[in-house]
Order: sequence, then structure tokens, then C-alpha cells
Amino acid sequence: MSGGFTKSMARNIFYGGSVFFILVFLALTFDTGKALPERDKREIINEQVALGKIVWEENNCIGCHTLLGEGAYFAPELGNVYKRFGNSTEAIKAFIASRPKEGVPGRRSMPQFNLSEEELEAVAQFLKYASEIDTADWPPNIQG
Amino acid sequence: MQYQSQAVAKPYFIAAIALFVGQVLFGLILGLQYVVGDFLFPEIPFNVARMVHTNLLIVWLLFGFMGASYFLVPEETETELHSPKLAILLFWVFLVAGVLTVLGYLLVPYATLAEITGNSLLPTMGREFLEQPTIIKIGIVVVALGFLYNITITVLKGRKTVVSTILLIGLWGLALMFLFAFYNPDNLVLDKYYWWWVVHLWVEGVWELIMAAILAFILIKTTGVDREVVEKWVYVIIAMTLITGIIGTGHHYYWIGTPEYWQWWGSIFSALEPIPFFMMVIFAFNMINRRRRDHPNKAAVLWAMGTAVMAFLGAGVWGFMHTLAPVNYYTHGSQITAAHGHMAFYGAYAMIVMAIISYAMPMLRGREAANSDRSQVLEMWSFWLMTVAMVFITLFLTGAGILQTWLQRVSENPQPFMQVQENIALFYWMREVAGVVFLIGLIVYIASFFVGGEERRLSRAGGSAAPAPAQARKE
Repeated sequence: MSGGFTKSMARNIFYGGSVFFILVFLALTFDTGKALPERDKREIINEQVALGKIVWEENNCIGCHTLLGEGAYFAPELGNVYKRFGNSTEAIKAFIASRPKEGVPGRRSMPQFNLSEEELEAVAQFLKYASEIDTADWPPNIQG
Repeated sequence: MQYQSQAVAKPYFIAAIALFVGQVLFGLILGLQYVVGDFLFPEIPFNVARMVHTNLLIVWLLFGFMGASYFLVPEETETELHSPKLAILLFWVFLVAGVLTVLGYLLVPYATLAEITGNSLLPTMGREFLEQPTIIKIGIVVVALGFLYNITITVLKGRKTVVSTILLIGLWGLALMFLFAFYNPDNLVLDKYYWWWVVHLWVEGVWELIMAAILAFILIKTTGVDREVVEKWVYVIIAMTLITGIIGTGHHYYWIGTPEYWQWWGSIFSALEPIPFFMMVIFAFNMINRRRRDHPNKAAVLWAMGTAVMAFLGAGVWGFMHTLAPVNYYTHGSQITAAHGHMAFYGAYAMIVMAIISYAMPMLRGREAANSDRSQVLEMWSFWLMTVAMVFITLFLTGAGILQTWLQRVSENPQPFMQVQENIALFYWMREVAGVVFLIGLIVYIASFFVGGEERRLSRAGGSAAPAPAQARKE
């Protein structure tokens, strides 16, 4: 680099630039926090939905599926599965409950998680809640 | 080796390579499960194998970063490490915790693991990359604090250099951002928002500082270029990293329920994220061209150049490809993401760790500076095998991703996910073949450690030193 540009100038850009953009990021985070209640449908979250999120996590569903596009890419997107299954929590429950224990020969299959009725209902309600979040119109279509 | 205490780096590097092997083996299992859906089912379902694959990656890179720190900090600070004993103790704690975690994933159902480790007391499990039981996460924090204490005290008592300062900022940032792993609200949007503070601000933030510090150290040592020049470059590179990368977090906030202005902030700033990676390429090649001596460890220099180039391609180019919001609307959460993830992690982080291992290991094993020519040639073969294999893995996944995006999200009659997966299976087969080549490369890499021969020595002044091209030319 040319002689006019010194190491201390470079150092100041690093420290100054970093601090400045950390502050911008925190300001945007603060603003996002204020805007979220309009979009994240927090009023839907009840004890059942919260339990559903625990069931979702403790069975590592994200290890195969995406949820709002994040996760693994081995199995279908579930952020809109409630809508894809005809706005039916019963259909979601039936699907999870009916997975064959030994899988399907030669094909991908969801494991049988042996969920209780309470857990099934909770995870279905959690997925229903996820489908209500305002995701700026993502995914592009019902296939996820 | 200039300082006795640098020797503690050796077990860290060996563990890193061993866990890397595990990561790649599970990667091959995953790749096969993509096309032979019932492979190892129900014993090792996909989600379990994936946890092992990604968690081993993180753990071996952390081993690599810690080993790199223990090796380079004494040389940079010109003093012995504060406590080599603590470093060895923490090595065993971290290794045992890591092995127990992987065994936990493999031996019991994940829900059982959650139950026996008391996840209900402080639920943090079951989120991508943060699947470790809460108690293991607490252990990670303890190990990180012990490690940082050791390194920080060493830096404070010794010579302060830009390399060690940047490394410290990166390592402290790594530990600090990990604390967000303990925040897991019921609100899915908030959960995701702060989950990225761990994941994005690690790999597109503080980890890049660690990478830049390690790269700078290797270049100073192998090229003999004046430290002042290197340090100026490093400051500019990491300034660009954080200036673009912090707000660049916004590229994860397009479709998760966050306000839509993030589509602008995220697109603009993350479109600039390739800049620091491009500068790293220019930096590495520039320093090597201006070298004042020819270091006998050719393999280490090759890894140093390779990591800069592959990080630029994987993180920079493949990241840019799908980072603009209108593009990402169609590619989000597709095989495009997987393609980018593979090449970026390999290029930026796997390769920088192999670069420092390549530079340090000969000395840790009692050689003056470098392995024998035979050993180096084999190591360079492994470099090309793994790197070319990774290029093809990335290309095949990109092909799969483009088709997937088209069939599932763009075409007039969008097909269901599973049907699309069957239609693009050929690409997954080709990816798996490339994965096997990668494994062969890794085996060659390990073999290179066991090849003897006469070691390459540092060329003495006035001896049969190779000509230093930079001085021959007019600068």
C-alpha cells in the first residue's frame, strides 16, 4: 500500500469502523425489537405452543427439516406445513404418528418419535404458530 | 521451536485432525443417505449423522484455533505461555466433553439425551449447530474462559504485536458471542434473531479475525516480509470484515419475521462482504511475491495461498451468489446454501487450520523448520485432492440447488420437495463421488505425517539459498 496511508490510519479505521457499525447494528436491533410485535404473532404463543417448541427442539427436527428456511435440507420446509396440510393440525399429528418404525426400504423416512398425544398436539400447534409469522411472503409457493 | 511451552499445541493439532476424519466419514454417510434414503436407518438417522458432522467440524476447528494460539502467542509475545499445565488440562477436558457429546448423539435418542442432561432446566438444545446438551455448553464456556485467561495473561506479560492483539479480539469475541447460545425464548422470531448472533457473528465476524491473525503469522514467518507491511494489511482487511459483516447479519433477517428493511441493509452490506476476502488473496500473493527468503516449508505456503483463494471463492463468491434479497427469496434454504457452506468452511477455516498445522507441526516434532521433500510432496498432493474434491462437491451441490430452486419454487407447476429431491438425485451421486475423493485426499494428508526422509533445513545466509526473487527485481 502507498506511503501516505499509515498503519495507525488503518488501525483507526478498524477500531472506529467496528465500533460505529456495532452501534448501528444495536440501533437496528432496538428498532426491530419495537417492530416485532406486529409481525411475530407473539399473542398466539401460549403454554401449548411453548411446549411444542420444546418438543420440536428435543427431537432435533431441525436436523432434517428447515423452519422458515433454516435448518437441514434433507426434508421439507415446515414453516408453512400447516397451510400445505390444508390448515389442519390433525393432518400434521396423523403424519408424525404414523411414521413406520423401520423406515421405508430405499427411501428417506421420518423416524417414529413415539410422541404422546399431548406432545403431538403441542408440536402441531407450534407449527401452526410458525405458519402465522409474517415472513415477507416467503416461501414463494406452498411447496416451501 | 523457540519456546518450550509451544509444545502444548501438538495434542490440539492431533485431536483436530482426528476429529476432522470423523467429520468427513459422517459427511459421506450423509451424502449416501441423500440417495439411499434408508442407509443406516433407524440406527443412525440423518439428523443424528448431521449433528455429528457439523459439531465435529466446529470442535475440530476450535481445537485448531486453540492449538494455533498456543503455538503462535509465545513467539509473538516472546515469552513462555503463562501455564502449559492448564493448557494440557483443558485439552483433556475439551476432548472428553467433545467425545461424550458425540457418543451421546450416537448412542441414545436425542430426546433421551435432552432428558438425562436436564435440558428442561435451561432449554438450549435442538437448534442447528447448538445441539450440545446445556451442561456441555456450560463446559465449553469454562474451557473457553480458562483458555482465554491463559492466552491473555501471556499476551499481557510479553511483547504486544498486532497479530496477537487481533487474535485476542477474535477469541474473546468468539467466547462472548457464544453466550447467546443460552438465550432461547419461546418466540421463534426472537430465537432465530439472536441465534444468528452466535452463528453469523462467529463465521462472518470474529472467526475472520482469527483467520487473518493466523494467516498474517504464517506469512511473516515464511516470507520474512516486514511486519509493518503485514500489520497494515491486516488492519485494513479486518476493518472491512467487521464494517461489512456486522450489518451483513441482515442477510439472515429477510424471511424470519423481522422487518422488511433488513432486505436493504442485508443486501447492501453483505454484497460488500467479499471485499475483505478478496483483499486477503491480494495480501497473501503480494507478501509471497515480495518474500525476502524462501522458506523450506513449501507445503505451508501452499496452504496459506490456498486458504485465501478458497475462502474468497467459497465465502465471497458463493456467498454473494445468493445474498441479494430478490435472489435469496428463491434460493433460501436450498442446496445453494449447502454448496456455499461447504466451500466457505473448507476454504476459510479448515484450510487455515491445516496451514498452521503444516507450518507448526514439523517444529513441534523436533525438526528445524520443515519436513522432508517426500513428505511435503505428499502433503501437497493431499492439498490438491481435497481442494479439487471440494470444488466439485460445491459445483454439484450448486447444480442441485439451481434445479431444486427452479423445480420447486420458480416453474409454473411447482413440484413437492420430495419429488424434486428424486429428480436431482444424479447430482447427489456425483457429490458423493467427489466426497470419496476428498476422503482419499485426507488419507494422503495423514500419510504425509508418516513419511520420513531428510528434512528440509533453513537456508543460511551465504549458503546454497535459493535466490530471493523480490530482491532481484526492482521494487
